Amino acid sequence: MRLRDIPITAWIGIIGIIAAFICAFFAPWIAPFGETDVLGDVWAPADAQHVFGLDNLGRDILSRLIYGARTTLFVALGATVISFSLGIILSFTAAVSRGAIDLVLSRFNDLMMSIPTLIFALVVLAVLPQNLIVLILVMAILDSTRVYRLGRAVALDVAVMEFVEAAKLRGEGKLWIIFREILPNTLSPLLAEFGLRFAFAILFLSTLSFLGLGIQPPAADWGGMVKDNKDGIIFGISAALVPGAAIAALAVCVNLVVDWLLKRTSSLKGGRGDA
Amino acid sequence: MSNPADAGQPGLRLRERFPLVALIAERLALSIVLLFAVSILIFGGLEALPGDFATTYLGQSATPQAVANIRAELGLDRPVTTRYAEWLGNALHGDFGTSWASKNSVSEQIANRLGNSLFLAGFAAIIAVPLAVGLGMLSVHFRNRLPDKVINVLSLAAISLPEFFIGYLLIYFFAVRYGIATFPATVYAEMSFLERLQAIALPTATLVLVVLAHMMRMTRAAILSVMSSAYMETAELKGLGAFRAIVKHAAPNALAPIINVVALNLAYLVVGVVVVEVVFVYPGMGQYMVDAVTVRDMPVVQACGLIFAAVYIFLNMVADILAIVANPRLRHPR
Repeated sequence: MRLRDIPITAWIGIIGIIAAFICAFFAPWIAPFGETDVLGDVWAPADAQHVFGLDNLGRDILSRLIYGARTTLFVALGATVISFSLGIILSFTAAVSRGAIDLVLSRFNDLMMSIPTLIFALVVLAVLPQNLIVLILVMAILDSTRVYRLGRAVALDVAVMEFVEAAKLRGEGKLWIIFREILPNTLSPLLAEFGLRFAFAILFLSTLSFLGLGIQPPAADWGGMVKDNKDGIIFGISAALVPGAAIAALAVCVNLVVDWLLKRTSSLKGGRGDA
Repeated sequence: MSNPADAGQPGLRLRERFPLVALIAERLALSIVLLFAVSILIFGGLEALPGDFATTYLGQSATPQAVANIRAELGLDRPVTTRYAEWLGNALHGDFGTSWASKNSVSEQIANRLGNSLFLAGFAAIIAVPLAVGLGMLSVHFRNRLPDKVINVLSLAAISLPEFFIGYLLIYFFAVRYGIATFPATVYAEMSFLERLQAIALPTATLVLVVLAHMMRMTRAAILSVMSSAYMETAELKGLGAFRAIVKHAAPNALAPIINVVALNLAYLVVGVVVVEVVFVYPGMGQYMVDAVTVRDMPVVQACGLIFAAVYIFLNMVADILAIVANPRLRHPR
């Protein structure tokens, strides 16, 4: 793959994602003010010093946005990585073992998927203590059902190939077959799925925070910032729209990259389709 | 299934004579089993998880005696199975108990709010479905040309927007800046139909935008996969006009996936309602559930969770059944 083959839309996406990660890593150096410093009037309009103005407690919105990138990216990425590992391991185990293990895992997965994700999260978060670890785990486990379904479908296609049979006849163990035979051959669609899940995790986390069930204040997080500033909207104060736009921009960037990955995957398979 | 030794059994003969009815009955039964399992998951899962209303409710003053008192008052000291049986039995009669926080009847609240939520979601669906299918067809017709690319980029952007952002954007511009819409979207019983429609204009627009892009992209993919199949190539090669090829060959085959897409997105709409209701302060189920979750009011959370899951399962079932009816191939598995 050459860099020149990457379309312009995908480059926009990649640059956007990198920018967000730079903000997250170097937040204390980039942000002009502190995360929780009160600097002036409530909802003071934007000026040269405060590019996006101040929020509902008089904190600098730009600085909180940069710090918020930390929480949002860290939690979304953590949840995606865990959900992915969980979904892939379980689905590949099911596809390789077949029989009872496959049946039990798949039926349980169907059951989990028959409840809408947001509703399930609301029900579960109603009883669990509110902290970061719980939040990441709940997001990860709920999302892993989607990964499981795709992973199983993809792995089943590969598991019946001759080279897997050859490996089985060689006497390789299940772990070898999963990680050395099936995983490398399913990497391309899985990579696109990873991006898709990441975009979903960003939106899902923001939605939970917006509903007051995600990241707890005073830590800055983009969904929570919308919630904090939403009452200003009626007075024509656009403070809530800035973090909302940041969420949307990041999700668009991830989706642009995913779109390119998906197109690459489908063109690898060949076929007449121009889908 | 087609073992000759079993052919004499009456059940199998019935299945062979009425394959469609048997399949639909099977799917119905599956949904009921699923709903039952979901009720166990919602009730039992919550019991298994750590965290207790009594301790949360009392906060700092949670002495063992006070906790025990509250648990006895709410009936939490009885065994899980007894409480589950009682809860399910009452729920089947339409009684979801009383809210812990407000001491009101949950069923009464839900009776008012469920109608509001369905009204909002239904109205959004009426607008979104024809629009999405139309745009999907348009996009296939102009595939890889300018209109398709524009639609593709716009829908990709729309998918990435969180519901609440779209909602506030609409409020900011249409309700605050230009003042042509109302906010918050309050509805009450005495409102006339037209007043109601006016009140829900912005929430409906938000829901339509949220669901439209998904539905359109899925419709486009479904039609494209039909259009790129071998029989469409044959139709093209034998000189059939584009219109006739689409009407006679593509449409019957694309119907099943499109119906499926629509039903799936309606199920998605039911969930989207939750966030939109919170944004627009609309008195529906979603708002009720979110409020209950923040104060850990379990009877309300359980009831709302079960109802949302039931609607979702029902719509998915309708999707499957319509797909079976529309596609004869699905009637004869294997």
